[in-house]
Amino acid sequence: MTEPGAYIALEAAYRTEAFRVRATLIRLLGDFDTAEEALHEAFAVAADRWPKEGVPSNPYGWLVSVGRFKTIDHWRRESRLAAALPVFAAFAEPAAREPDIRGPIEDDALRLIFTCCHPVLPADARIALTLREAAGLTTEEIARAYLVPAPTIGQRIVRAKAKIREAKIPYETPAGDELSARLETVLKVVYLVFNEGYAATDGETLMRPDLCAEAVRLGRLVVGLLDEPEAQGLLALMLLHEARRSARLDAAGDLVLLENQDRSLWDRKRIAEANAIIARAMARRKAGSYLLQAMIASTHVKAPSFERTDWPRIVLLYDALDRIEPSPVVALNKAAALAMRDGAEAGLAALDAVIATGNLDDYPYAHAARADLLQRLGRASAARASFERALALTHQRAEQRFLMRRLERLAAE
Amino acid sequence: MRYVCLIYFDPKKAFDGSGESNAVLAAVGPHDEALKAKGQLVFAQALAMPAEAMTVQVRDGKMSVTDGPFIETKEMLGGLVVIEALDLNSAAQIAAGIPFAQLGSIEVRPVPDFTKARPKL
Repeated sequence: MTEPGAYIALEAAYRTEAFRVRATLIRLLGDFDTAEEALHEAFAVAADRWPKEGVPSNPYGWLVSVGRFKTIDHWRRESRLAAALPVFAAFAEPAAREPDIRGPIEDDALRLIFTCCHPVLPADARIALTLREAAGLTTEEIARAYLVPAPTIGQRIVRAKAKIREAKIPYETPAGDELSARLETVLKVVYLVFNEGYAATDGETLMRPDLCAEAVRLGRLVVGLLDEPEAQGLLALMLLHEARRSARLDAAGDLVLLENQDRSLWDRKRIAEANAIIARAMARRKAGSYLLQAMIASTHVKAPSFERTDWPRIVLLYDALDRIEPSPVVALNKAAALAMRDGAEAGLAALDAVIATGNLDDYPYAHAARADLLQRLGRASAARASFERALALTHQRAEQRFLMRRLERLAAE
Repeated sequence: MRYVCLIYFDPKKAFDGSGESNAVLAAVGPHDEALKAKGQLVFAQALAMPAEAMTVQVRDGKMSVTDGPFIETKEMLGGLVVIEALDLNSAAQIAAGIPFAQLGSIEVRPVPDFTKARPKL
């Protein structure tokens, strides 16, 4: 093995194995911080030895063994045998000596994700912890992605780890009925990360692709570990959003609506992957909210044009979504689909019914959608009022530019 | 990434001769060695008392000096440890292992990245 080869293998191992090695070390050593230190020491030893001795056939097992050995060595040297006793006890067990390479690795990876997304942690702590411990981002990278100072994220992570210790959260994957409820919080964390990347809520740039890529990576990880239709649905949904990314913004960085997007720019490879995942998930006949949303997105990308979209199917899917997870936003989207199936008049009636509930008063997209329908119906002054309302509600600069252009066009008509 | 751990403590407490303080002071040397063995230590240096310092200024080409630091505080900068860590949280964790963390407080400051723009204030 030549030296550069060993270094490349080491880097690759860090990218692909660090998460799993950390996950197993947390189980073996008992807490996040000890495992973290053991992980870094294991990689430091690898950097020294792999170039000389060659890359081990099983880097994961090698790194786990070295990390565990190093920690026990420190404990021994620091005369903290008392603290180390439970671990020595585990050592005596032959089964614990060499970590099993297949089953338990996946178990540990899942344990880590479920622990990071535990409902006892505040939502923003779940996100920071998952990105750092599972996705392998540094504190500084997470801070940059979320446009906050690094010490803010750093504190969130320290407090979350303290909370895990104090609340004695068991390092385990929930079983049975608890699994689906807890999976929901995991998927929510992943989707929040994706959405923050896809539709940044403030600032100059509309998208932060790094966060999208991390969310997709996490989504793949969960799907690889757990055969659950909702996890597959979320992954497919994110892939379909990603597939349309380059068509979503124009050269000036402004938003392009689905109906105006250049469909030849869509990433066919990602779409094919997403459709295959949807087909697999649908075989289970248990469509949850993410899978339904993925099916809606998939219906859109299958259409040769916006007008020739299968609108009756879109309306049906929104109906199903509205039944299992009713929300004003789903009702809004259903109204927009109705407008395409049955005409602007029917859409406006449905939309006004939603707005009348009062839940969407501060939601800029509701007013923008209403303005669009009013404009199609030739009611220019009412359309203007709704566009202005939407404009007053959005803080995203690209969206503001988009609405101002719509207002200019309306004035020119 | 490189981080500087600035160690602050109250000298009246650190050098009060109590068993607790002496244990911390005695642990510093071996702890530096342990950090070095793990590849985390870049440089460690203790500092003498502020009363032994001189502060220098140059204005209009003229040097002036004063005794000690300007601000009298109970806690003094007693030493610094430069470390290599993966990120801010790893650095804070390493800093928490420095024995002085039990006596005073340790500020963990990243070394600036000079390829980036200067901070806007």
